Amino acid sequence: MMDWILSGDYPRSRILTALLVAIFVGLGLGPFLFDGVVAFRTMGMICIFIIVVASYDLMLGYTHVVSFAHLMFFGFGAYGVAIALDTMGSGFTAIFVGLGASLAVSVITALLLGLLSLRVKAIFFALVTLAIAFSFMVLVNQLYHITGGEDGMRVAVPRELGPAFRMEHSGTGFALLNWLWGVVTNPLAVGEVTREALFDVRMNGQLLMYYVSFVLATGLFLFMLRLVNSPFGKVLMAIRENEFRAEALGYRTVFYRTAVVVVASAFATVAGVLFALVTRYITPGVTLDFELAVFVLLMCVIGGMGTLYGAVIGATVFLVAQTYLQDLLGVLSGWIAEVPLMQPAAALFSEERWLLWFGVLFVLSVYFFPAGIVGQLRAWAARRDAGAAGTKEQGGAAEAAGEQS
Amino acid sequence: MTADTSTATDPAAGRGLRRRLSAFREGYPHFFLLGLLAGVTLLLAVVPYGIIAAPWQDAAGEAPRLVRLFRMDIQTWFTLTVSGMAMGLLIFIMSSGMTLTFGLMNVLNLAHGGFISFGAFCGATVVAALSGWGGSGSLVLTAGLLLLAFVYAMVVTGALGVFFERVVIRPVYGNHLKQILVTIGGSIILVQLIQVIWGSTDIPVSRPELLRGAVIINEGVPLIGGAAIEIYRLMAVVVGLILYGVMQLIINRTKIGVLIRAGVENTEMVEIHGYRIRMLFLAVFVAGSALAGLGGAMWGMYEQIVNAHMGEHLMIMVIVVIILGGLGSVTGCFYGAILVGLINLYVGYLEPRLAGVATVGLMVAVLMWRPQGLIPVLRH
Repeated sequence: MMDWILSGDYPRSRILTALLVAIFVGLGLGPFLFDGVVAFRTMGMICIFIIVVASYDLMLGYTHVVSFAHLMFFGFGAYGVAIALDTMGSGFTAIFVGLGASLAVSVITALLLGLLSLRVKAIFFALVTLAIAFSFMVLVNQLYHITGGEDGMRVAVPRELGPAFRMEHSGTGFALLNWLWGVVTNPLAVGEVTREALFDVRMNGQLLMYYVSFVLATGLFLFMLRLVNSPFGKVLMAIRENEFRAEALGYRTVFYRTAVVVVASAFATVAGVLFALVTRYITPGVTLDFELAVFVLLMCVIGGMGTLYGAVIGATVFLVAQTYLQDLLGVLSGWIAEVPLMQPAAALFSEERWLLWFGVLFVLSVYFFPAGIVGQLRAWAARRDAGAAGTKEQGGAAEAAGEQS
Repeated sequence: MTADTSTATDPAAGRGLRRRLSAFREGYPHFFLLGLLAGVTLLLAVVPYGIIAAPWQDAAGEAPRLVRLFRMDIQTWFTLTVSGMAMGLLIFIMSSGMTLTFGLMNVLNLAHGGFISFGAFCGATVVAALSGWGGSGSLVLTAGLLLLAFVYAMVVTGALGVFFERVVIRPVYGNHLKQILVTIGGSIILVQLIQVIWGSTDIPVSRPELLRGAVIINEGVPLIGGAAIEIYRLMAVVVGLILYGVMQLIINRTKIGVLIRAGVENTEMVEIHGYRIRMLFLAVFVAGSALAGLGGAMWGMYEQIVNAHMGEHLMIMVIVVIILGGLGSVTGCFYGAILVGLINLYVGYLEPRLAGVATVGLMVAVLMWRPQGLIPVLRH
């Protein structure tokens, strides 16, 4: 059963398995475990960016195709559905029309991009996609009568998916982190802490939409896992390892490279549609900005290139850090500012500088952990297994030696 | 029959105008494109607007959109061309460093934009600190201010380049994927450092008194009389041309230039002859970074405002230019930059919203035609 679901590609590390299960459960029960708007938004973003980063990993990690236009396809989806809802009125037909239209545009554009990549060297592809993605962003910014320009556009989601749609009963949530914190700091008043940890969960359309994206993210992730463990995925990895040899073996590498760009772009488009429906307001700044493309790259590399599980870990770590690291840095800079002679350094730790530390972490991880978090965890697990096997072997050898004598 | 075979073996050899044109197109693609661009727009300018628009005008005297393209006159064309050249040369200064590092070291430095921003902020700092010199209106003080600002920007970014090459890039020579990742990380760090040092707000840069305003060409000059050209753009053209000349001189006439050219063609051969190619790499990287800083400082004064993210936005144009010119070719970079500058100004004049798209469109079109860029560098 697990073999079928995970396509035989297990995490292969106990820590990693624990992390993945924690993330899956945390996201699945999330609205009932974490209180607050920020937490809800962060969880929604994690679901969506798991799709984006995993599909990016298909190109970057599995095929070594560096594209900076991935967010452009994300933008196709977001703007496609927003424009469809705007012109056709808020309904589910409009959503599906928007999805279909933006998927079509994405596939055609990705095909053209792939064809362009036939004519240029691999390193050109990165640069060309960067330029094309930029020109799309400029276009979105300029065509303000359609896209709202820099101000962005409101996404008129159907009532069933918005906050106005409420169910009769409100659910009850249990703020896990608050409870744990309460138990640790005030262990004598467990009962009171438990009572305080309970909170109301608004059962509205937003929650429904969250679960739609959660289910879709899970489904698409498992589908991608199947994809990379299929013969198709093996060819992609062969191209990554040695394109010339893969071609010599009779695989049309150009076809595979184009195919992976098309498939990844389609996934990104779906994620873009979800993004528009979840956030209900899109601007070029949050869908198409170059910085966002860099973030996706960061998530992919920090999590671990060439392992889809890395996308889950990377997206979660990055988005949680983006939301909460700032608070942590704020506290830290407050401390440092109090230490004499260290005031100038406080600027390095101010809340807005979280990206600086992530950048440093990123560069260091490229040097020292090129396989990312997942790769490192797997390497440790493999070393431990090898160590265990080694001692057993030694023991066996000693026994054999004993028998002989 | 014989004539047919001769053309088949050498399609460029022929007498017809068409053949000569195609030979020119293939032999000098950069001049061909420049000529095409300037020629078409000149044609738009030369044809008097009244004649074209007359049959189309409606009651209010407005012509349809397409016809309005012809509204440009020759003075405007001249102004646009010089401004485009100025913009192109500024971009050339910024991109030449990147194309050189790629050509020689095979390193794609995506953090180049960070160096551009750094240079711009350094330049802005000097200009702000010595605002008295700029406001004085004296030629000597203005020149001194510019020199100080540019040299300071170049020294700082050059020093940063030494550090960057040693620490960030050296471990990833020969691995393009890691280079892309590491230099992206480096550019994030550079931009964040700028914000640590100078704060997150934009800083205005006031041009020195002498470089404000425009010169107006004497009405007596035929055709272009009355055209106005900003002084700062003229200065940018002059500085850019001088730099291009100096670079060509260094690359074509000096020992270092020979080594650089040899290194672009074949790194190992240079090493075999006993030259420390690493030192050459370092020198070229530092020079490239310093050029980025200079370009950034000049661009900051051109836009009169600097922003920590300006380098990232300029990187798009830099990338288009180095792809257009052919990765690694300084000459190609020069013509590519001018092409980009011109098309930006022309299209921006005709339809401001399309200027950014036209740049990328030019790149895609050229790539379809010549995948290796205008003047490709031979690599073995």
